[in-house]
Amino acid sequence: MLKINNLHASVEDKGILRGINLEVKPGEVHAIMGPNGSGKSTLASVVAGKEEYEVTEGNIVFDGEDIEELAAEERAHKGVFLSFQYPVEIPGVSVTNFIKTAINESRKARGLEDMPAKDMLKLIREKSELLEIDRKFLSRSLNEGFSGGEKKRNEIFQMAMLEPKLAILDETDSGLDIDALRIVANGVNKLKSKDNAVVVITHYQRLLDYIVPDYVHVLYNGRIVKSGTKELAHELEEKGYDWIKEEVNA
Amino acid sequence: MELKEKLVSSFLAFENSVDVDAYVHDVRSEAIKVFEEKGFPSKKEEAWKYTSLNKILKEDFSVFPKQENALEYRDVKKYFIHDIDTYKVVFIDGKYSSHLSQTTHDGIDVCLMSAAFSKPKYRLVIENYFNKAATKDSLTSLNTAFSSEGAYIHIPKNKLVEKPIQIIHFSTGNESATMLQPRNLIVVEENSHVQIIERHQSLTSNAVLTNCVTEIFAKKRAIVDYYKIQNDTENASLIDNTFIKQKQESVASVHTFAFGGELIRNNLNFYQEGERIDSILKGVTIIGSKQHVDHNTLVHHIEPNCESHQDYKGIFGESATGVFNGKIIVEKEAQKTNAFQANNNILVSDKATINTKPQLEIFADDVKCSHGCTIGQLDESALFYMQSRGIPKKEAKALLMYAFSNNVLSSVKIPELKQRITKIIANKLGVNIGFDL
Repeated sequence: MLKINNLHASVEDKGILRGINLEVKPGEVHAIMGPNGSGKSTLASVVAGKEEYEVTEGNIVFDGEDIEELAAEERAHKGVFLSFQYPVEIPGVSVTNFIKTAINESRKARGLEDMPAKDMLKLIREKSELLEIDRKFLSRSLNEGFSGGEKKRNEIFQMAMLEPKLAILDETDSGLDIDALRIVANGVNKLKSKDNAVVVITHYQRLLDYIVPDYVHVLYNGRIVKSGTKELAHELEEKGYDWIKEEVNA
Repeated sequence: MELKEKLVSSFLAFENSVDVDAYVHDVRSEAIKVFEEKGFPSKKEEAWKYTSLNKILKEDFSVFPKQENALEYRDVKKYFIHDIDTYKVVFIDGKYSSHLSQTTHDGIDVCLMSAAFSKPKYRLVIENYFNKAATKDSLTSLNTAFSSEGAYIHIPKNKLVEKPIQIIHFSTGNESATMLQPRNLIVVEENSHVQIIERHQSLTSNAVLTNCVTEIFAKKRAIVDYYKIQNDTENASLIDNTFIKQKQESVASVHTFAFGGELIRNNLNFYQEGERIDSILKGVTIIGSKQHVDHNTLVHHIEPNCESHQDYKGIFGESATGVFNGKIIVEKEAQKTNAFQANNNILVSDKATINTKPQLEIFADDVKCSHGCTIGQLDESALFYMQSRGIPKKEAKALLMYAFSNNVLSSVKIPELKQRITKIIANKLGVNIGFDL
């Protein structure tokens, strides 16, 4: 589904990703871990299509197609979803109307009519129940004044609404208390199928107790320096990242 | 001949051609003297520092359109709010169009200034109100000197006028460049409520300059909601002078939607002559190309315990320029005044400009006055966020701009009007999305 080949990317001429190789197949869950500043969030943004990042070498293939030249919205229309580490506040646009617009723009891109209002309401009800989101919450301005937990729950709610093929969760666990973490993880697990894939980016192993990865990769200095199974995450939790750095620098 | 000379020299002929009473004659003769002395305002005047009329005044305007021009309703229907029942006072090139209008004398007067000027039964109202709120600045005086036509609205006590009133001025350009000077008088007596929508619309590529004066009197506990739609062609300019005198416990609001025209200058003046008055001034400006919109507001707090609320949003693209100059005067007697003013702007192009200036003159010592102005750009991180959810950049920008102006729009009380303005905005931003926020 996703194949990243020798990806180099920079922002303002500063190289951040220096040769990433990663393959994600349908039905898989990958975790990307690593110390602060290793390039985890950059990788997520580059795959999602943030303009400030320039791909200087390598490519990103999604469903057999090079996507690194596509605009962010075109990638979204193909089924890429990024759950933001810091969801942006958009005053004046309600959660409901934002997601309505997002869904109908995606449908428009696929040559479909707008979703009938009745179906939209039903879908919103169903997915907000999954994430235990209160109805009042849906009429508030997007992310404005939301707590950390509400923002992340809202991200996964949007993911549930958009049903992406590939979901990249960037530090979705940060700022969550244990109850919110459980709700969010439960939501992600319910959305998982053999046809879609999830990439979890996290600094800590905590979230991986709930969203269990098939593969764990360690990112350091813009490269994947170690890959393994979920046991690797436990090892990192116990020993920290210093031993990885030593191994790489040796 | 320069426009000023042309106007002054044609005054006598004009004055002889219209049939009005002695009071109006005197007012007019006085007004032309003021204009002759002051002339058109120049950039040397503080209030006109950022708005120049020079280019526009070079046009060879026909100052009294002679021809009677007609329009078919189906051709201009789109400029009306036509999905609800309304009263309509419609003018074509400054002349009344009975064909397009729907006036009334049934309990309320929604009719013409020319009738009010000439018929004895209106004399008292004219003598009590005509030119009693308007100031003696040069452009207002110019309009006063030539005032002969416009909407005359008189709502007696305790009337809730259920249908909104639309005042529409069309210019056809059949006589090349045209200058229009409409004059509206609106008197809303005690405890009455009226909603008015005003629009100036050019149907030609010839230049049009409208110098409009509207006087509004809101008596005790009256409610006046006034909406100005300014979405004209690139060759049409508008100088709008609106004066509102309010008596105790009245509420008057003016929403100004400035979306187009070559140059728009709004001189909006509120005078609070009683206690517990509320004055509301709101505006959304969305312009591009080389368009220019200048909002010049005044709220004069004269008596205690009154409020004023100003909220102006501006979005400026390409080489557009904007001005906001908001003056609040709180007199010594006007204790416990609450006066708020906000002016927020987004520049979507490097070449767009906004000059914003709050001016507070406070002589009372127990008041709450606040003002704030901001100038910013569209939030790039918000755009990426929206794009990553599948909303294309253009639509994402439009949605952000719409959301930015939404709290002004949300206070529009006529749903059909709100819908229309939403459509104009979507059109203006070149997107086709519902925006039902």
